[in-house]
Amino acid sequence: MISAALAAPLAAVGEVGEGFFKERTSETLPCQAQEERLFCFDWAKDNIGEYWTPAVQHVELVAISVIVGFAIAFVLALLAHRRRWLQPPLLAATGVLYTIPSIAFFFLLLPITGFGRDSAVIALSAYTLQIIYRNMIAGLANVPSSVKDAARGMGLTDRQILWKIEVPLATPEIVAGLRIATVSTVALATLAVFISAGGLGKPIYEFINFKTNIIIAGGLAILIAIAFDAILFGLQRLATPWRRAAAE
Amino acid sequence: MAAGGSGMSTLALPQPVLASIEGAIEFIFTPQSSSVTGGKKVGGLEQVIELTVNQLEVTFLALALALFVALPIGLYLGHRGAGELLAIGLGNAGRAIPELALIAFMAAAIGVGLLNVTIALAVLGIPPILTNAFVGIRQVDRGAVDAARGMGMSEFEILRRVEMPLAVPTLMTGIRGATINILATATIAPLAGVLTLGDFIINRNVYGDDGVLAGAILVALLALVLEFALAGLQRLLTSKGLKLSPA
Repeated sequence: MISAALAAPLAAVGEVGEGFFKERTSETLPCQAQEERLFCFDWAKDNIGEYWTPAVQHVELVAISVIVGFAIAFVLALLAHRRRWLQPPLLAATGVLYTIPSIAFFFLLLPITGFGRDSAVIALSAYTLQIIYRNMIAGLANVPSSVKDAARGMGLTDRQILWKIEVPLATPEIVAGLRIATVSTVALATLAVFISAGGLGKPIYEFINFKTNIIIAGGLAILIAIAFDAILFGLQRLATPWRRAAAE
Repeated sequence: MAAGGSGMSTLALPQPVLASIEGAIEFIFTPQSSSVTGGKKVGGLEQVIELTVNQLEVTFLALALALFVALPIGLYLGHRGAGELLAIGLGNAGRAIPELALIAFMAAAIGVGLLNVTIALAVLGIPPILTNAFVGIRQVDRGAVDAARGMGMSEFEILRRVEMPLAVPTLMTGIRGATINILATATIAPLAGVLTLGDFIINRNVYGDDGVLAGAILVALLALVLEFALAGLQRLLTSKGLKLSPA
């Protein structure tokens, strides 16, 4: 379902590498030759446009992985919230997925999903499960029982209590988990290049001895992480107006 | 669930997948001929053990360096209750460091080799250890600390005998996170001249698809074993009183 939804941008995946910088080599030679130079501004100015496609791929990779991870973790957490006996086995299972290094996970999937974005998305979303799941369970558990009692006294059903009381009150913790998972995934997604899923790892790997290139691509990854973090923080403030009211 | 692509509807492992796993297991135990090494065989238990030892070596060196730098600072700041912005901010910023860019930059800017990779990996380990040391110590009940002070303990004794034992769960969470991240990133250390199990994964043209899958299986197992061992260590270090109270 993922590849169907993203058929258009997927076409670009894996095609960045071929001759990514190659035809520009002659222009970059003067600066590249000076190995002690940390950053070539002229080269950066000429080539910054080349990073657009990998950066967009990177954002897509992270966004899809986190959304898939969030959807699954959300369902798991709601299940475990209802049936407490599920909590230890789910924590252990997501813990195993979290512990397996992403780059190993990519290639464990190689015989099944092969090279490309599917393998990267599965591994990266599996990685986010534990962080999101654990924060969500903690958030739901921290809702004061007095509030739930009051809601029950007002005649709300269990389902209404969950969606109108517990989930909204747990939002800050849920978003906190989402932010940690997203920022980590932005960093990890640089490794997706090894499974041919594109992203900012592509230019890094293509031109791994050139510091200017690594600084630009790495810097863009950090900027993307900051941007995601800021957006999620903004969303949390929008979703919890009562907290702003209390602060004023 | 996220597969959905071509011919991926069956959940039961199809024949080619089983064959791949068989190939990978064979690669781990017996050396295979490779098309690019000019007759020299690759894989086999001997090479697997050598690369595993290398990966553990660089992981533990980096972890030791990270602990050496981060633990005293985190404990000190936590004990003094100062530098919260630094301790928490560093933890958040550390997560954003792109692993591939870090290893590549260290190799390009400083050079390849064990020492440089150790430093690069330690950079990844410092933030979680420092932040969790700080948070762990700060979380300790101030009443317990005041009681210890009233009993005449020195500041160092308070840290060593009251705050640190009570902070073990949080501290160990940070150390476990750091260890797993360092081990995971040590997988791409071959890019910086340190041959770890990741060599099987990264140099597919040398080791073939069997080698790639074997590398992935070995790295995953190594991470799980290490995590399991550290979880055991944490249980050993946690005082009985803390285990009784719900985490």
